[in-house]
Amino acid sequence: MSIKLEHINYIYNPDTVYEKQALKDINLTIEQGEFVGVIGHTGSGKSTLIQHLNGLMKATSGTLFYDGKDIYAPEYNLKELRTQVGLVFQYPEHQLFEIDVLTDVCFGPKNQGFSKDECIRRAKEALELVGFPEKYYKQSPFELSGGQKRRVAIAGVLAMRPKVLVLDEPTAGLDPKGRDEILDQIAFLHKQTDLTVILVSHSMEDVAKYVNRLIVMNEGEKLFDATPREVFSHYKELERIGLAAPQVTYIMHALKEKGMDLPVDVTTIEEAADAIMRSFHD
Amino acid sequence: MIRDITIGQYYPANSVIHRMDPRVKITCTLLFLISLFLQNSVLGYGIATVFLVTVIKISKVPVKFIVKGLKAIVIILLITVGFNLFLTSDGTILVKFWVFKITDKGLRIAVFMALRLIYLIIGSSIMTLTTTPNSLTDGIEKLLAPLNKLHVPVHEIAMMMSIALRFIPILIEETDKIMKAQIARGADLESGNMIQKAKAMIPVLVPLFISAFRRANDLAMAMEARCYRGGEGRTKMKPLTYATRDFVGYGITFVYLGIIIAVGRYVPFHIWIF
Amino acid sequence: MDMIQAEKLIYEYAKHDEEGNIIGMNRAIDEVDLQVSQGEFVAILGHNGSGKSTLAKQINAILVPTGGTMWVNGKDTKDSKELWNVRQSAGMVFQNPDNQIIGTVVEEDVGFGPENLGVPTEEIWKRVEDSLKAVGMIEYRTNSPNKLSGGQKQRVAIAGVVAMAPQCIVLDEPTAMLDPNGRKDVIHTIQELRKRKQVTVILITHYMEEVVDADQVYVMDSGRIVMSGTPREVFSQVEELKKYRMDVPQVTMLAEELRKRGLKIPRGILRTEELVEALCRLN
Repeated sequence: MSIKLEHINYIYNPDTVYEKQALKDINLTIEQGEFVGVIGHTGSGKSTLIQHLNGLMKATSGTLFYDGKDIYAPEYNLKELRTQVGLVFQYPEHQLFEIDVLTDVCFGPKNQGFSKDECIRRAKEALELVGFPEKYYKQSPFELSGGQKRRVAIAGVLAMRPKVLVLDEPTAGLDPKGRDEILDQIAFLHKQTDLTVILVSHSMEDVAKYVNRLIVMNEGEKLFDATPREVFSHYKELERIGLAAPQVTYIMHALKEKGMDLPVDVTTIEEAADAIMRSFHD
Repeated sequence: MIRDITIGQYYPANSVIHRMDPRVKITCTLLFLISLFLQNSVLGYGIATVFLVTVIKISKVPVKFIVKGLKAIVIILLITVGFNLFLTSDGTILVKFWVFKITDKGLRIAVFMALRLIYLIIGSSIMTLTTTPNSLTDGIEKLLAPLNKLHVPVHEIAMMMSIALRFIPILIEETDKIMKAQIARGADLESGNMIQKAKAMIPVLVPLFISAFRRANDLAMAMEARCYRGGEGRTKMKPLTYATRDFVGYGITFVYLGIIIAVGRYVPFHIWIF
Repeated sequence: MDMIQAEKLIYEYAKHDEEGNIIGMNRAIDEVDLQVSQGEFVAILGHNGSGKSTLAKQINAILVPTGGTMWVNGKDTKDSKELWNVRQSAGMVFQNPDNQIIGTVVEEDVGFGPENLGVPTEEIWKRVEDSLKAVGMIEYRTNSPNKLSGGQKQRVAIAGVVAMAPQCIVLDEPTAMLDPNGRKDVIHTIQELRKRKQVTVILITHYMEEVVDADQVYVMDSGRIVMSGTPREVFSQVEELKKYRMDVPQVTMLAEELRKRGLKIPRGILRTEELVEALCRLN
């Protein structure tokens, strides 16, 4: 199950004064099981990009292949695609609407046409995957804490058993612990299953810690597409487009400038600590 | 599509119309709307067109922008035109096919009705496009002030309107977002009959209402935190005062209205170039 | 008297069951003591649900204590005669940028507060201009707020409060919904404002990087103040902070990690330069 984008362009409000090209000639292949991060400042086209992945937005030109099939072909079943590529929007708890948690999570499988029992089975499985405690299954989703609401919303997408999970800033508005819990849960999901995870984030520290491939968007173009280590080595260019590297990268650069013999392509605290300790032991 | 609605939107530009007192704009818009019903001739519509085009030109609002606002009423327009075109049976038959026939009278009524509708929308959108919602509600508040004596809460009504206008675009965007989120969960918002469609909207409407209430709650708190306590003792950042341009505006509109009335009364019905 | 003083402040609200019967009381704030003097920059940290926002709303008298007392600029917030004075002295900026802008044009929104206070028209214009300049948004004065970025909207909201000439500004998680650039923008604006206006600032947040410059930091958990001190004092207790669902800037974290591994680095490192210096001394 791969996703392949070929020469994707997207133009907002074509032929008006508000015309804006949000995506410019995007070429991209994402293979099954990858953990991909997407970064870029607001308006860089990253939200537009991910809405193309499940066919919610249709490219102005270009082709998108899912599992080798052209999703813009007239006979292609987009509804089926949307269950395969699960998209979790920003503040996804704002889409909850049912009387209790379990019923809300059942919404996806119900739309897929499964029997009631099967829906409940899948909903329970999804809630378990996001680590949502069973004693709250019958509670109204509106009475939960922010972090728990978000778990329910993510479960609502997972219940469709997608092959790909796309998350648009899943930690926005959460406190530090809540943020770590959600991201750890997603990393756990990725490890446990063969799920492809695409994570849109504003936090360089978070992507550095979790993903193995990082796509940087800027003004509708794909600027970098490499490992976080490789991408953050271009931190000067990232700064120029209003982004930055994780703070540890800067610390390493500052230390190196002071004459310490250290690698600078370090992106997490553990790596940095290891490298510094090594330089002291030598 | 949902973003195409321009009614209630403000288009910032620096024109005489923009600077005019909102009371003038409200009154003159009303007079213009009335004028559309006072005549029914080519000459009358011609004069109305000249008036409208001149106002658009002076307002510096791009025509494209105004025309976009008409997209929202295309369906109503088509229905009105269709009804009048096919269901008017008197007059000379121009075209006939199957059970339908188009008569000259039907065509005439259809065209006039369409023009009337279009001018109604354009006329009112010019007002909203050139007046910030705040000054619009200021104008309404001032115009309706006499009703205060009848214990009508004029200030509160004006404030409600201005808040509604501010939140319409936000809620439209929000609806868009929620719809997308539910479609991503496999919701089918389009197919099925009326009842099925209405039922399919529940996953959109419930979150939308919840969000609207949350916003209302937040906003009420923010207003209180900024010492809002109703209209009493409030001063105005932009108090309304008439300037010369406002009297000119009134003058021109009254002259226009006079001409239209005259045309409606004295120009015979049959001036109809075909 | 201090600008803000809370003494054994308690705030309770009733818990209801499904039929609406009261089944108990929730204590959102539990005997909090707090002193903030004029001109200070105070940060209140805490995870979601720790009571920090409820405390913020006490300062502006949106909520009033159910026990104990809160004085703002010497006025008891329970005294309903002083309500508007309290709100004028302690302006408040909220989390959601969209839900606190009332005006449909930037300058009209900034004028909303002074209008409510009954400030004469000419003075309103002066204040609007002055406050928009103070937050660096003067060139957007005739724009619609809907077209601004999140960070810009928050700066307009700050200007709206500044225009009311408060002695104190309370910011309740003003950056929680912003992207990193918006966040930087707002924090920078607050710093500038402090330089220009000598105003007391109370910043409520869960981003630790934002409070490095604060004079005093309080950490809240279950309605109580559980830690307090200068940023350095508070950040030197990494484990303790983690217990309260908080984290520390990456540089503090790295310093802590190195200390654990045996390097002699002082506690409470807040900035990159400090760590670099400490390491160079060891070398």
